[in-house]
Amino acid sequence: MAISPAAQPKMVNDGKPPLVNGRLKLRVLTKSMLAIRVTLIALAVLTVIGFMTFNYQEVHLLKGIATTFVNFKTIFASPQFSHFTFPEAVHQLLITLSLGVLTTLIGALIALFLSMLAAENLSNKTVSNSVKGLMAVIRAVPTVLWVLIFAVSAGLGSVAAVIGMSFHSISYLTKAYSESFEELDQGILEALQGCGAGWWQIICQAVLPSSLTSIVSWTFIRFEINFGVSVAMGAAAGAGGIGYDMFMDSAFYYNLHEMGVITYMILAVAMLLEYLSLQMKKRIRA
Amino acid sequence: MTTLLQFKKVSKQYGSSTVALSDVNFSVNEGELVSIIGPSGAGKSTLLRCINRLIDATSGEIIFDGMDVLSIGRRNLKKLRTKIGMIFQNYNLVERLSVFENVLHGRLGYKTALVGALGFYHEEEKARALEILKSLGLEEQIYKRCDQLSGGQKQRVGIARALVQEPRVLLADEPIASLDPSSSKVIMDHLKNICETFGITVLVNLHQLDVALNYSDRIIGISSGRVVFDGMPSALTHDAIRQIYGSDPDGLNLNVERPKEVAQKR
Amino acid sequence: MKQHFLMKKRLSFLGFLLVLVGIACAAMTMTQFSIANSFSSIPKAMIWGCSNFYPTADSFTNFPDIMLKLQETLLISIASASVAAIFAFVFALLGSQVTKINNTLAAFSRFIANVFRNIDVSIWALVLLFSFGQSSLTGYFALFVASFGFLTRAFMETIDEVGSGAIEALRATGAHRFSIIFQAVLPMSMSQLISWVLFMIETNIRAATLVGILTGSGIGFIFDLYYKRMDYHSASLVVLAIVVSILVIEQISNYVRRAML
Repeated sequence: MAISPAAQPKMVNDGKPPLVNGRLKLRVLTKSMLAIRVTLIALAVLTVIGFMTFNYQEVHLLKGIATTFVNFKTIFASPQFSHFTFPEAVHQLLITLSLGVLTTLIGALIALFLSMLAAENLSNKTVSNSVKGLMAVIRAVPTVLWVLIFAVSAGLGSVAAVIGMSFHSISYLTKAYSESFEELDQGILEALQGCGAGWWQIICQAVLPSSLTSIVSWTFIRFEINFGVSVAMGAAAGAGGIGYDMFMDSAFYYNLHEMGVITYMILAVAMLLEYLSLQMKKRIRA
Repeated sequence: MTTLLQFKKVSKQYGSSTVALSDVNFSVNEGELVSIIGPSGAGKSTLLRCINRLIDATSGEIIFDGMDVLSIGRRNLKKLRTKIGMIFQNYNLVERLSVFENVLHGRLGYKTALVGALGFYHEEEKARALEILKSLGLEEQIYKRCDQLSGGQKQRVGIARALVQEPRVLLADEPIASLDPSSSKVIMDHLKNICETFGITVLVNLHQLDVALNYSDRIIGISSGRVVFDGMPSALTHDAIRQIYGSDPDGLNLNVERPKEVAQKR
Repeated sequence: MKQHFLMKKRLSFLGFLLVLVGIACAAMTMTQFSIANSFSSIPKAMIWGCSNFYPTADSFTNFPDIMLKLQETLLISIASASVAAIFAFVFALLGSQVTKINNTLAAFSRFIANVFRNIDVSIWALVLLFSFGQSSLTGYFALFVASFGFLTRAFMETIDEVGSGAIEALRATGAHRFSIIFQAVLPMSMSQLISWVLFMIETNIRAATLVGILTGSGIGFIFDLYYKRMDYHSASLVVLAIVVSILVIEQISNYVRRAML
C-alpha cells in the first residue's frame, strides 16, 4: 500500500479547481481515505471468501438459525435445575470466581515487577523492548492452549488452569501498568534522582503511590475478564467450576433448561463485575 | 419593513424546575442585524435553537416567515430548516472531510435521504458553493481537510455552509467566542456584509458588548431567560447594561464565557 | 500529628494487603489449589516443554492440514467480526446519546448489547452446538454473537466521543437522518470503528481456538486432535502457526491504524 505524494491534498495552483469530465471534484484522495477504503474492501472480500469456503457439513443455514431461536427461547424462558441444586450451582460459581481471583492476583504480583522493567522511564530501552516483545508473544498464544500445555505435566485441574490463565493476565497487566507508569511526570522522577534517591526508593515513594489508583482499577478490569476466561476454561480445559457444568449439560445431557439457569447466573455475575469495572474505568480517566 | 420573525410569550423549561426562557417577546424585521447579549447561561443559545427547533420551546408561539414554527410537521420542519442557516461557536464541521464537502452539507436539507446519504450534488450547487468560498477568501483551501484549518478559517467554512442553504435568516451562536481579535473582526465584517449585500437577516449571540455596539442594528438584552432590553445600540444606557449583566459594566469581565456552555445545557 | 498520619496510612495499606491474602487463601481452598504443587509443576512443565513441545521434521507432514484449518479459522474470525460490525453499527446508532431516535430504543439496544457481551463466547458455542453441530457455522455464529456484543458497546462509545457538534449542524440544515449518518457520523468515526474491528479480529482468532476445541472445528479442533493423540510435535506446530498469524495480524492492524489517521 505505497502511497505516492500525489495522493496528498493538493492546492489549486492556478486559482481554478480541477474539473474531471466537466465535473467539480468534492475531494482529493488522501492517504487515510485510501487506507480506509482498502481495509474495507479487503474485509469484504475476505468475508465473502469465508462464506464460500466454510465447511457447512450439510447443515442447513436457515433451519439452524430457526432452531437457534427456539433454543434461545428454551434457555431464557424456562430455566430449570435438574442435575444439581441451587446451592451446588452457587458453589460451582464460587469456584469459577476463585479461579479468576487467583489468576488475577498472581498475574498482578508478577506484572508489577515486569511492568517496572517494561516502563521506558524506569528502565532502559533494550530491557523495555524485550519485555514488551515477550509479552506480545505470550499474548499471541490463546489462553486455552497455555492451560492445556501445562495440563500435560501438571494434570488437568486447578493448578494447570491457574498457571495457564495467569500468562495472559501477566501480559495484559504488564502492558497496562507500564503504560500508567509511563504517564508519570518525568519531573518528579528527575527531582528524586537529583536528591540521590535509589531506584527502589523512587519506586516506593513516587511511582507506586501516584499510580496506585490506576493499578487497582486495571487489576479489577482484568478480574472481570478473568471471570469470563474461567468459565471458558471450565468448559474447554477441565478447570472445573460452573463452565464445566455448562459443558456437561451441552455435550452429554443435552439439557437446555439447566443451561438456561447457568447462563442466567453467569450473566448476573458478569453484569455486576462489568458495572464495577466501569466505575473503575471512570477513575482511570478522571 | 416586513416582520420576518416573531416570538410571542415563548418559554422553555428543562425538567420540572430549570427555566431557560420565560415569557420572551420580540420581533425581527427582514434585513436587520440583531445582537442578543447577556451573561453566560442567560438563555441566549436556547433562544436561537428554538427558532429552528433544535430545541423545542415549552410554550408560546414563534412565527417565522408566516409559519407557526412550534406546530409544523416533520416535512415542513425540514423546509423551515433549509431557510435558516446556523453557525456555531465551535464551528461544528466534520473535521475529517474537505472544506468543499463541508460547505456542500448546507445543501443536504434540499435532498432526499438516499441522495443526501450518498453525497450527490448538482454541478450548479457546486459552482455556487465555490463562488461563496471565493467570496469568503477560501478558494485556496477547498480540498484541505477541515482539521488543518485555523479557527478563523473554520468559522468562514461554517458561514459558507450556512450561505449555500440560501437562507432567509442566519443564526450565529457565539461565532467569535473561540477566536482571536483579528479573526473575530473578519468574521463580524463578513456577517455585516452578508446582511447588507444579500439582505439576509442575521441574529447573533454575543457576549462582547463592544462588538454588539459596533455591528448591530438592534440589540436584545437577556437576563435569566427574560428580555430586559430591546432597542437601538444608542439606547443602551449604563442602567440597561447593569440590568442585563446584573452588575456595573466597567467592572464586568465579559470574556469568561465557557466554551462548553451549549453542550452542558442539553 | 504527622507521624500519626503516616502510621494510619501504613496500617490501612497493611489491612488492604491482609484482605487480599485472605481472599487468596479462601480462593485456594475453594479450588483446591496448592502453591507447593504449582511451584513444582512450573520447572516440570518447562523441562517437558523443551524436550517434547517443538515441531520436528516429521510433524511438518501435517503442515498442509494445519494451514488449511488455520485459513478456515482466520476467515471465520474475519467474517464474523465484519458482519457483526454492520449489525453493531446499527445498534450503536440507536443506542448512542448523540444519534438515538428515542430513549426506549436506546435502552433496548443497550440492553441487548449488554446481554450479548456478558455471556462468554464459550457459552455461545455450547448453545449453538445444538443447532449447527460440528460445522464451521457453530464457530462462526458463536464468534459473531460475541463480536456483536462487544462491538456494539465499543461503537456506541466511539460515536458518543466524536460528539454532537457536526450532527447538530447538519440537523440545523434540515438534513435527513440518513444523510447525517453517512455525511457526518461515519466520516468522523470510520477510522476508529475500523480500528475496533481489527482488534476484534485479533480477539476472535484467539477465541476461535477455544471455540474450535469445544465444537470440533477449525484450528482448535486440529490442536485438540494432535493433543489427544499425544502428538505434541504437531500440536506445537499448531501453536506456532497461531502465534505467527496473530503477530502478523497485529502488525498489519498497527500499520493500518497509523495510515488511517
